[in-house]
Amino acid sequence: MRKQNIIGRTMATILMLMAGMAFVTPFLWMISASFKPEIDVFKYPIEWIPKHWNIVDNYREVWVGEHPFYVYYWNTVKVSVLTTLISLLFSSMAAFGFSNLEFKGRNALFVVVLMTFMIPSYSIIVPQFMIFKWLHLFDSHLGLILIGSFSALGTFMLRQFFLGLHKDYLDAAKMDGAGNARIFVRIAVPLVRPALATYAILRFIWTWNDYANPLIFLRSDSLATIQIGIQKFASESGAYYSLIMAGTVSAILPLIVIFVLGQKQVIEGIALGGVKG
Amino acid sequence: MNKTLAETGKQAQAAAVRRKRRRGDNLSGYLFIGPMLLGLTVLTIIPTIISLILSFTDWSFIAGLDKIKFTGIKNYSLLFHDRVFLISLKNNLVLLLVVPIQLIISLVLAVVIDKLVYFKSFFKVIFFMPYISSIVAVAIVFQLLFHPSYGPVNQFLKALGVKNPPIWLADVHYALPSVMIIMVWVGIGFSLIVYMAALQSIPKDLYESADIDGAGTWTRFTKITFPLVSPTTFFLLVTGFISTFKSFDIIKVLTEGRPAYSTSVITYYLYTTAFENLKTGYASSMAWLLFGFVMLITLFQLYGQKKWVNY
Repeated sequence: MRKQNIIGRTMATILMLMAGMAFVTPFLWMISASFKPEIDVFKYPIEWIPKHWNIVDNYREVWVGEHPFYVYYWNTVKVSVLTTLISLLFSSMAAFGFSNLEFKGRNALFVVVLMTFMIPSYSIIVPQFMIFKWLHLFDSHLGLILIGSFSALGTFMLRQFFLGLHKDYLDAAKMDGAGNARIFVRIAVPLVRPALATYAILRFIWTWNDYANPLIFLRSDSLATIQIGIQKFASESGAYYSLIMAGTVSAILPLIVIFVLGQKQVIEGIALGGVKG
Repeated sequence: MNKTLAETGKQAQAAAVRRKRRRGDNLSGYLFIGPMLLGLTVLTIIPTIISLILSFTDWSFIAGLDKIKFTGIKNYSLLFHDRVFLISLKNNLVLLLVVPIQLIISLVLAVVIDKLVYFKSFFKVIFFMPYISSIVAVAIVFQLLFHPSYGPVNQFLKALGVKNPPIWLADVHYALPSVMIIMVWVGIGFSLIVYMAALQSIPKDLYESADIDGAGTWTRFTKITFPLVSPTTFFLLVTGFISTFKSFDIIKVLTEGRPAYSTSVITYYLYTTAFENLKTGYASSMAWLLFGFVMLITLFQLYGQKKWVNY
């Protein structure tokens, strides 16, 4: 019986590995192509391990060439980090307010926040664009950061966790004369730290990968983020596929690293949000 | 369940503190939610209202506010005679198919990975990788993989003896299915993770008693697993439908709606109408129809949940 079990499991694992190949192969092809000289990219049968290496030239051209990736990288890091921090601050404040403070109109205001969540972002890009023009936020990183920071999602997600805090714990602090700000900073935030980490990682990934907002709200090449950068690169450098692949590898790599390091938080966050719905 | 006297006293005291604090809470409550509410008002609520108003006008935002002409529901009636819009809407409806396909594959994968496999978390990471990767990068890679003449996919098909392999994204008939394949590929990881969490919450003794009754794998799947994950299926179906209506990036990078609008979707047509043809009013009416479709799916969720979900 046990032996049969082991055989069955091994078979299933092999089967899954084959299914997994469908998911890994495009990535492997991308990495391999980014290491090759241009003429070898489409060679068939595919040279998974390149016969001729061109790795240094490819990546140098991408990083400091005509469309310098270091500029796009710096822009993306800046926008993603600031968006994540601001979003984390305001979302957790609002979440704490909606879960642990009692004030007039709380439920009505929460319904308003809920409703903004249902509006598809593409339904409001035109007026957002106009407002940004009027406020001189168009073609600036500040505008992009603000768009990413104010999303109802973080408020919902974190509110769930603040609701899970023990009321007695917070009341005890109040009896000791602590103000709400102090309770928030000293007690509530430290208690939901894992949830904050999850949200921060997700927000960072979403901002890093965001394509539509930089496309619409930025114009200058010097402000472009990576997603805009690789698309420009791909459409303007014509048939230099090895270079384009070096660009996509550069765009994806940091996220894979963050994901592998924080996979527990990411997977738990997705699972939790999903199951709770 | 017996409450001790001390605990009751503590609770009464706490309630008193809560009452006393309530007035103070009012102000600090607004301070806590204020920044988020202000941001949402300026960046979401006001734009929503402006968008609704503009949808009844004939206007271009480069023309200046004094050039606004109110035209009633003309934009909306034009939309239903606009061939490109109707094709885009049809494509959006076809794209809905992505969701059930994705769910079937990911449920099967989730069941196998959950029960029958070594290195569980390794597989979770593998299948989730496309979801983490930027859609721009993924789209560019697939463009090359499916390249009509040099792409590895067609080279492979030719090597297998297929004389005229499809030209995928360049062919009117194959373009949309190709986009759908990529969308399924990208989205499986998300549903897989959510399904695995749902599977973990099914009580083990249900399966044990099914074993005692001699139920086979298939019976266990149809009688236990499938009904018990139905709330998750429903959630994934609804959020999946909504997200297909919002897909824009993949179309913009992969095909720009080509060939012959065969892959155009509402968001993409909205984008070109607003930012390339500069028809602000017309684009706004499209924006509100898009909003309408998403609301419809949300309402379907609210009513359908009670009817079709077996808890």
